[in-house]
Amino acid sequence: MEKFVTHTGRAVPLRRSNVDTDQIIPAVWLKQVSRTGFDKGLFSAWREDPAFVLNQPEYAGATVLVAGPDFGTGSSREHAVWALQQYGFRVVIAPRFGDIFRNNSTKMGLLPVVLPAETVEAIQARAERDPQAEITVDLENRQVTAGDVVASFEIDDYTRWRLMEGLDDIGLTLRHADAIADFERNRPALLPTTA
Amino acid sequence: MGRTLAEKVYDAHVVRRVEGEPDLLYIDLHLVHEVTSPQAFDGLRMAGRPVRRPDLTIATEDHNVPTTDLLAPIADPVSRTQVETLRKNCAEFGVRLHPMGDDGQGIVHVIGPQLGLTQPGMTVVCGDSHTSTHGAFGALAHGIGTSEVEHVLATQTLPQVKPKMMAVTVNGSLPDGVTAKDLILAIIAEIGTGGGQGHIIEYRGQAIRELSMEGRMTVCNMSIEAGARAGMIAPDETTFAYLKDRPHAPQGAAWDEAVEYWTSLRTDDDAVFDKEVVIDASTLTPFVTWGTNPGQGLPLGESVPDPEAIADPTERQAAERALQYMGLTAGTPLRDIAVDTVFVGSCTNGRIEDLRAVASVLSGRRVADGVRMLVVPGSMKVKQQAEAEGLHEVISAAGAEWREAGCSMCLAMNPDKLTPGERSASTSNRNFEGRQGPGGRTHLVSPAVAAATAVTGRLAAPADLSAR
Repeated sequence: MEKFVTHTGRAVPLRRSNVDTDQIIPAVWLKQVSRTGFDKGLFSAWREDPAFVLNQPEYAGATVLVAGPDFGTGSSREHAVWALQQYGFRVVIAPRFGDIFRNNSTKMGLLPVVLPAETVEAIQARAERDPQAEITVDLENRQVTAGDVVASFEIDDYTRWRLMEGLDDIGLTLRHADAIADFERNRPALLPTTA
Repeated sequence: MGRTLAEKVYDAHVVRRVEGEPDLLYIDLHLVHEVTSPQAFDGLRMAGRPVRRPDLTIATEDHNVPTTDLLAPIADPVSRTQVETLRKNCAEFGVRLHPMGDDGQGIVHVIGPQLGLTQPGMTVVCGDSHTSTHGAFGALAHGIGTSEVEHVLATQTLPQVKPKMMAVTVNGSLPDGVTAKDLILAIIAEIGTGGGQGHIIEYRGQAIRELSMEGRMTVCNMSIEAGARAGMIAPDETTFAYLKDRPHAPQGAAWDEAVEYWTSLRTDDDAVFDKEVVIDASTLTPFVTWGTNPGQGLPLGESVPDPEAIADPTERQAAERALQYMGLTAGTPLRDIAVDTVFVGSCTNGRIEDLRAVASVLSGRRVADGVRMLVVPGSMKVKQQAEAEGLHEVISAAGAEWREAGCSMCLAMNPDKLTPGERSASTSNRNFEGRQGPGGRTHLVSPAVAAATAVTGRLAAPADLSAR
């Protein structure tokens, strides 16, 4: 996983609430067995509309998606995260995220940033006024700077450390293989197996 | 201080707890399907890691499978490759698989309980958000992404931060003709699609205790639609009676020992919830959705809402967009909405009681002209049971299509889909834009409402139908 310390890029305002993962990547794209090629599926139904914000040339190359509340609700498909990253996004800012999406993002190094609705709205308005304006998302200091808008965000120390170091969980967990084995020895015998 | 049911199950599975780090939680059962697993198995292969506990892992083919000719190869080459990839991965890593055509095949959340693998007090995960279904047994069950699927395959654990606790207490009894599906749709409309975010919901109260296991699964299934990763119900006699003699349920002395433990799995009187919602079941009526998220629902007797009347600007804008997508006009009585297709099935409502409810409405009646109705059992076992009861004959005689088991039109990854602009009444769980096919329009309903709607061609409850 790529390390994330601080990121500066341009922002895309997505003024919609309840952007579920079916919209981020429709089910037809989920049939792939590889981890690549999902950028083409990102918002593929909405991108059919020429007026959709990602179709506006001034937002080409933007790396920070700024969306309404309840972004990434619904299906657990991690493909939604892969699609956003492969399209070029490093950060999604929203007032509230679906739990599974947020979790999946931090496993992959896509930073989900929760900010109050008014702050999100201010960042969206700025990106609309000036699509070339840059925004900085500083994970180390837990701070978003978009022109006059300077906002702190919360993220737990452990996840922050893991993202900043670019560490994947499996390697970290396997350092505790002994603890897992101990736990397994004490599991009640009456628990079912699939055998 | 006392603990909640969820806290008891959570605490019993902590492998490692260190200040400043997430807890490491042991996973008792990992359910796998073809869509969210191929990249996880690839990850194991690249790192040279085995599946740590194939004996706690089980796989099935459900999302992509066609519901017509099971013996023919899957026509869509991409779907076929995905299903074949699961078969190869399960063979290579030693995971038990129920493939298409197998007696044990079915939707992942139908087969776990059916086999008796889902038991009270367990931790259950699957790369599917509707894993919350299994919480109906008092298990701690939630959906995970593919990175976590790989993590569980490799370590049988997950790093977790203890979620907050939310109680949804449903007092009183559901009136006749009001089902578990109506109840959960009403709950989601009440608390919103983000209302349960960060929480585990425990459903409690008289109306919950009075539900069958299948009704409880319907309720817990849609916890994710309220933003909660998991929903739970304390196990009781209904739970034990459902589990008794299932293939993987404890037997003999182990059964008694298990029941004793399961009986202890309830929220202590002095436990504290972070959030509490109270619902009066006796006021509920059949409930349907009108919009494009599951929180946009109303009692069937009401009309399409007027966005102008919604104070919150974000919600107003969402409602405007939803009406435009759904092709609906504010003020239209919901009962006047005509549908093209009726879908019965999914992990929400594809079980035997759901099919019985549908057959009892369809018996002696016909699906309206011009309406297509698909009835898709949740598993092959459910299908066999329905056929043993003759339900398939009632359903077919009414003019509906009786299909093979799978996820089908819930998410349209197989050939069962809506065409652009087509409108459905669906017993599934999501009315998102394009969920049942690009441009398709979905109204979420209960099985009874689905069947009545098929008969009249417009959204309807069984009580609206004239006597046979």
